Amino acid sequence: MAKKIKTAIIYLCLIILAVSCLIPFLLMIVNATRSGREIMTSFTLIPGTSLKENWDIVFSYFNLFLGMWNSLKIAVPATFLTSYFSALTAYALAVYRFKGRNVIFYTILIFMMIPGQLSLIGFYDLVSALKLVDSYIPLIVPAIAAPGTVFFLKQYIESVLPMALLEAGRIDGAKEISMFHRIVLPIMMPGIATMAIGGFIGNWNAYLVPMILLNTPTKFTLPVMVTSLSASTDIAANQGATYLTIAISVIPIMIAFCFFSKYIISSISAGSVKE
Amino acid sequence: MAETAAKVKKNRKRNYNNTAYLFVLPFVIVFCIFSVYPVLRTLQLSFTNYKGFGDPEFAGLANYQRVITDKYFWTSLWNTIRIWGVNIVLQLGLAFLLTIVFSDIKYKIRGLAVFRAVYYLPGIISVTSIAFLFKTLLDWRYGTVNQLLAKIGIGVGNPINWWGEPTAASLAISVIQTWMWFGNSFIMLMAGVQGINSDYFEAAAIDGCGRWKRFTKITLPLLKPILLYVTITSLIGGMQMFDLPFLIGTVNGNPSGALQTAIMYLYKFGFALRPKQVGYAAAIAYVLFLLILVVSIIQLKLNNKEE
Repeated sequence: MAKKIKTAIIYLCLIILAVSCLIPFLLMIVNATRSGREIMTSFTLIPGTSLKENWDIVFSYFNLFLGMWNSLKIAVPATFLTSYFSALTAYALAVYRFKGRNVIFYTILIFMMIPGQLSLIGFYDLVSALKLVDSYIPLIVPAIAAPGTVFFLKQYIESVLPMALLEAGRIDGAKEISMFHRIVLPIMMPGIATMAIGGFIGNWNAYLVPMILLNTPTKFTLPVMVTSLSASTDIAANQGATYLTIAISVIPIMIAFCFFSKYIISSISAGSVKE
Repeated sequence: MAETAAKVKKNRKRNYNNTAYLFVLPFVIVFCIFSVYPVLRTLQLSFTNYKGFGDPEFAGLANYQRVITDKYFWTSLWNTIRIWGVNIVLQLGLAFLLTIVFSDIKYKIRGLAVFRAVYYLPGIISVTSIAFLFKTLLDWRYGTVNQLLAKIGIGVGNPINWWGEPTAASLAISVIQTWMWFGNSFIMLMAGVQGINSDYFEAAAIDGCGRWKRFTKITLPLLKPILLYVTITSLIGGMQMFDLPFLIGTVNGNPSGALQTAIMYLYKFGFALRPKQVGYAAAIAYVLFLLILVVSIIQLKLNNKEE
């Protein structure tokens, strides 16, 4: 009996914690449908009727869908570049023996420990020297070299790829690159997917670098666009519109999370057991 | 004959291995341009008084001298450590508690997959959205949190000014960070515990080992590598804290500069001030890096010593 009561208390605490993770988002959705005046004067979890007005205020100030489109234009190619080139590099490091292999591998390890912000000054200087400020290129192309992903995928290949398969391919006269595309990539897919989802979320949410590089408002990514909220007195004066802006920016990633949470969680677990 | 066959085989093997250069080439080129060069360029600029235009003028160690004696830099570093410190204690504490609950062999708590996903949810939302969400929820006059507190009789007529009081604001940032990342730590620790052979726990239980003893004698020692990994990555991430305090406290980290973190201080000199002081910002970056490096090494050394 005592055990049953204790179990019930444990579940209750776990559920309270779960609710605390969800309630801010619930409040956000409810308040997005209420008028600024209603939000200021009372608290409720029942949706209001001002969604349309809030929507008009928000979209008269900025086009959040353009921001989403811009974020996609960066996050999708960046994710593909990271996935493909990290897999290729990891494969080369795991399978072949060549001069400089160890140098590359140890450089990767060192750069995984260096905080990214350290190079911010040099990165901006490089981008402005290349006249690429306000362009998407410096937000996309560097994705080709993702040390953390290469490191993870190298460990992954070493654990899943049977070398005999490659020998067999060579005896059949297959070219090295086509073996990579036809044999290795399919085998690595689960590992690549795990890294790709994590990478996509990181790119989609990135704030500091896009904020520093982009100047033209029509090029702003979603996070950068959302931060211009505080500059709009119309929206700041109306909390309903503020909540709606946040809700529009949050809901797509929440929906994606419902579908991919399994992969996302396995990518974190993978990070912790790699040593 | 056999000799030539071996030679041909060796040559072919060398040929396969040569294709590896082609495979790593894109990575190496991009890595050198966008990762290695910026790190070295930052180092070079840290010895100049570069202002973002014109030619950098060599300034020797002047920038480093200035960082070391700049009391606002140390304040910003202390702010970062304070906010991160409160956050990591809460975050790991909560993650540990959850790990103990979910790995308990007596209570056999179900629903790990669902709880895990819900606890992790705040971590995937962009910090910009989170910042505005809490800025609005914690607004002292019209925010939902103070309305709720008023309902249970706290702060009626004298609401808590969350973003106006230095202590309340730093604490709020720490708690929001915890809220965002405890799920992440929990998943990592849980993955570690699931890697521990459950026979250990059962054998210990049969030998009459209590829950606390099982935790301190089996779980904790075996989780140590993961714990170290979580702390070091969190330290590296925490020292780079920028988005949340920046969006709530603007570039000066208001209220009263309590939210100004080290990276915000770097950003101020490297990007926000007119004219910029790029050389000084670069020196701040390197001092920060050295500090993080030293702390990480000490942590690793302490860990090795104990073993």
